[in-house]
Amino acid sequence: MSVMLEPNAEQIKQQKIYQQMGLSDAEFTMVEDILGRTPNYTETGLFSVMWSEHCSYKNSKPVLSKFPTKGERVLQGPGEGAGIVDIGDEQAVVFKMESHNHPSAIEPYQGAATGVGGIIRDVFSMGARPIALLNSLRFGELTTPRVKYLFEEVVAGIAGYGNCIGIPTVGGEVQFDASYDGNPLVNAMCVGLIDHKDIQKGIAKGTGNPVMYVGAKTGRDGIHGATFASEELTDASDEKRPAVQVGDPFMEKLLLEACLELVKSDALIGIQDMGAAGLTSSSAEMASKAGSGIEMDLDHVPQRERGMTAYEMMLSESQERMLIVVKKGREPEIVELFEKYGLDAVTVGTVTDDSTLRLKHKGEIVAEVPVDALAEDAPVYHKPSAVPAYFKEYQTMPNEEPKVDNHGKALLNLLQQPTIASKEWVYDQYDHQVRTSTVVSPGSDAAVIRVRGTNKGLAMTTDCNSRYIYLDPEMGGKIAVAEAARNVVVSGAKPLAITDCLNFGNPEKPEIFWQLEKAAEGMSEACTVLESPVIGGNVSLYNETNGTAVYPTPTIGLVGLVEDLAHVTTQDAKNAGDVVYLVGESFTEFGGSELQKLVEGRIFGKAPFIDLAVEAKRQQEILAAIQQGLVASAHDVAEGGVAVALAEKTFGNGLGMEVTLEGKATTALFSESQSRFVLTVSPEHTEQFEQIVTDAKRIGTVTEDKLIIKGEDGGTWINDSVETLRSAWKGAIPCLLKSEA
Amino acid sequence: MKFAVIVFPGSNCDLDMYHAVKDELGEEAEYVWHDSKDLSGYDGILLPGGFSYGDYLRCGAIAQFSGVMEEVKKAAEAGKPVLGVCNGFQILTEAGLLPGMLLRNKNLKFMCRTVGLKVENANTLFTNEYAEGQEIQVPIAHGEGNYYCDDETYENLKKNNQIVFSYADDFNGSRNQIAGIINERGNVLGMMPHPERAVSDLIGGSDGLALFKSIVKQWREANVSHA
Repeated sequence: MSVMLEPNAEQIKQQKIYQQMGLSDAEFTMVEDILGRTPNYTETGLFSVMWSEHCSYKNSKPVLSKFPTKGERVLQGPGEGAGIVDIGDEQAVVFKMESHNHPSAIEPYQGAATGVGGIIRDVFSMGARPIALLNSLRFGELTTPRVKYLFEEVVAGIAGYGNCIGIPTVGGEVQFDASYDGNPLVNAMCVGLIDHKDIQKGIAKGTGNPVMYVGAKTGRDGIHGATFASEELTDASDEKRPAVQVGDPFMEKLLLEACLELVKSDALIGIQDMGAAGLTSSSAEMASKAGSGIEMDLDHVPQRERGMTAYEMMLSESQERMLIVVKKGREPEIVELFEKYGLDAVTVGTVTDDSTLRLKHKGEIVAEVPVDALAEDAPVYHKPSAVPAYFKEYQTMPNEEPKVDNHGKALLNLLQQPTIASKEWVYDQYDHQVRTSTVVSPGSDAAVIRVRGTNKGLAMTTDCNSRYIYLDPEMGGKIAVAEAARNVVVSGAKPLAITDCLNFGNPEKPEIFWQLEKAAEGMSEACTVLESPVIGGNVSLYNETNGTAVYPTPTIGLVGLVEDLAHVTTQDAKNAGDVVYLVGESFTEFGGSELQKLVEGRIFGKAPFIDLAVEAKRQQEILAAIQQGLVASAHDVAEGGVAVALAEKTFGNGLGMEVTLEGKATTALFSESQSRFVLTVSPEHTEQFEQIVTDAKRIGTVTEDKLIIKGEDGGTWINDSVETLRSAWKGAIPCLLKSEA
Repeated sequence: MKFAVIVFPGSNCDLDMYHAVKDELGEEAEYVWHDSKDLSGYDGILLPGGFSYGDYLRCGAIAQFSGVMEEVKKAAEAGKPVLGVCNGFQILTEAGLLPGMLLRNKNLKFMCRTVGLKVENANTLFTNEYAEGQEIQVPIAHGEGNYYCDDETYENLKKNNQIVFSYADDFNGSRNQIAGIINERGNVLGMMPHPERAVSDLIGGSDGLALFKSIVKQWREANVSHA
């Protein structure tokens, strides 16, 4: 067995070895100032991971501080494993979304699987029972073997983990654009349910209390994963494959059940997931939050491989591990609890009162660092921001219709664009019914999960139209939040709060930082107006491949409360003879639209405009109408415009529609103007419905078959059998995956 | 009637089985951990779906050696109803309580959807509330639900009326679209579809309810004296 020779403090400084770990010269000097000496190899490693963007948010903090994070129902905002929102009856919903983009780019199955595993741990580390998973995925165009491989493996990885652990994957979104060719986005969200009395925190309180390590053993996988996540991808990134962790959902299922048993015990003081930066972040953060210190003897850390160094153990991102602090003297019962599940529970250290993280290995002190220096004192950078030239140019462009000769053909084409086409190929691979609480399965605007033992439900969705955000980050940021809220409202729920994943390029480029800043401003405003505070999330920067950034993609995960399951509404038209309504006006807005991309082959111009006051008013009115039982089906108008939204409403039950639209054909059918909805209402409810939803316009009726859309002048724009449209929409993705690139 | 819901490490449909029996049927149910040495207090045994022991070797292959399986065999020998769903079916075949085996779906992918099932034999203690030939809608969720057996076994299954459910369409490659089979004695049923997921219209259908009702009805008739 070879013994790895670590460089000494002097060599680290002289040879600037800290740079390879991601620390800048200035940051290294700060570390020296904090310690009053030059750090050794292990200590340099601790600082480099804790001061990475992934752990410290050093570049994004000034932006994140703008988000509204408080609300009447918010019990826990950002800063813990996941945010918590009250849903009444002494219960609360716990949720968070996190990215696993870089691991998925080079090892898609494991990257995606461990992304799911990590977010589940964040939720049950709060003491909550995970009840649902969602995801948001971005890939390049489905035309190259590489992109098809990434897409298939990411979906398989999500399925492999979620199905095995037995948490239903109930919703999500997938979009395809060339900007994600080399850098796919894999964002996973977990929703949990908790009784108020079981809420836990990641704190290491009480001097002398034991610090215990529970779960899987530590190996050499994932070392420096957090640092890797904070760099751009290059052709050499495949060499970082060892920085990708390997997931074991069976192990996590055992850990989950053991931890949920543990939170019922009064012996437990604090619990935190060993996620990014593993043992380092969990120990430093738990101590820092409690104002205490931790001393650990690494000889006791359960190890999967022989001869691991202190550095390797502290930086490993092996999966399915938790750090807990329990009351002194209660260790035996904890060991026994975990033994039932065949899991290690080992005392690795003690809580101290000196605010220091002190690590021993083989009888020697190998690191001695103030916990706050690691967890709190990372430098914060106010990056320069600059308006990109493309934005200035796009803002001067007039709003024009893309040229369409045959509207029927255009609709058929749009329905086959992978971003719009049916995602059944994806969600058929996810167990979306386990736990038998899924009231609305994938395929409608939002998924709905019942809260067992009550008559309530939780509606949930993930959303982000990154094309709008690229064209106009502030407008697009507003739209992303508004659309997520719309999806939840049309499902019969009142939005509660959001979690977000801010996926952007390299923030050291002023134009990228400007995108981040503006998108966050837009999101913040929408969150305030739509009363959905941000209760947690994550930031994934450096999403670039060989210098080219992805579209700015601040994915929104939103959860809403269904007060009575009788309010649950889906998008499918229900009965022939029902009246079809359109809420909202259609303007000539095609910047970033699906039609623009289809016709022009690229996106440009202004993003659609949104008036948040109008949005809020319509959402309130529609929710009121739904709650009064007046709405048979409801759907928001999104990519592909009114024509696509109407077509989608016919697919579920195979009914048709005949409607007449105002204005010019292309705009009326395909514009992506905001704050619009299509609903169906049974004839006996129309009068009441129109009184409540003041902007609703009757456009036609639900029929037995065929989608017929006419103009005011009587001309027929669309006249197609629902089956033709449906099979095109349904078959598009399987067809693209099978075809040769 | 009192049911045991066997919980192996990695079972994940145990909760669904439990609530189907308790909430929708109003019968008694208890979770029984995989190391239990005594099932004598239970009238029916339910082996739920999931990924027992991670299914890392072959689905159900490790669970068959679990301590509780000796007790499950005893219960089967005693004539008690034993129902294995999904992973539970896989475990029953691995343990030799049912013939044949489950291979990977023919498209090599996990599938979760609601499918049509034909009731091939309504004359069992699990299906007496259905009509022979009735088509019902029941969810499936499996990666390895492709039922396989050799010709001789298949002929025996046919001859003895042991094929209880078949799929209306071939989507996973199962031999003769077999979805569920029973042992010769008629008290051990294994099926890949999840009847416990179809017990309430709220969660997408209630066609599975009759299966549980059949078990309870049969048991009541045999055990409750008509004084």
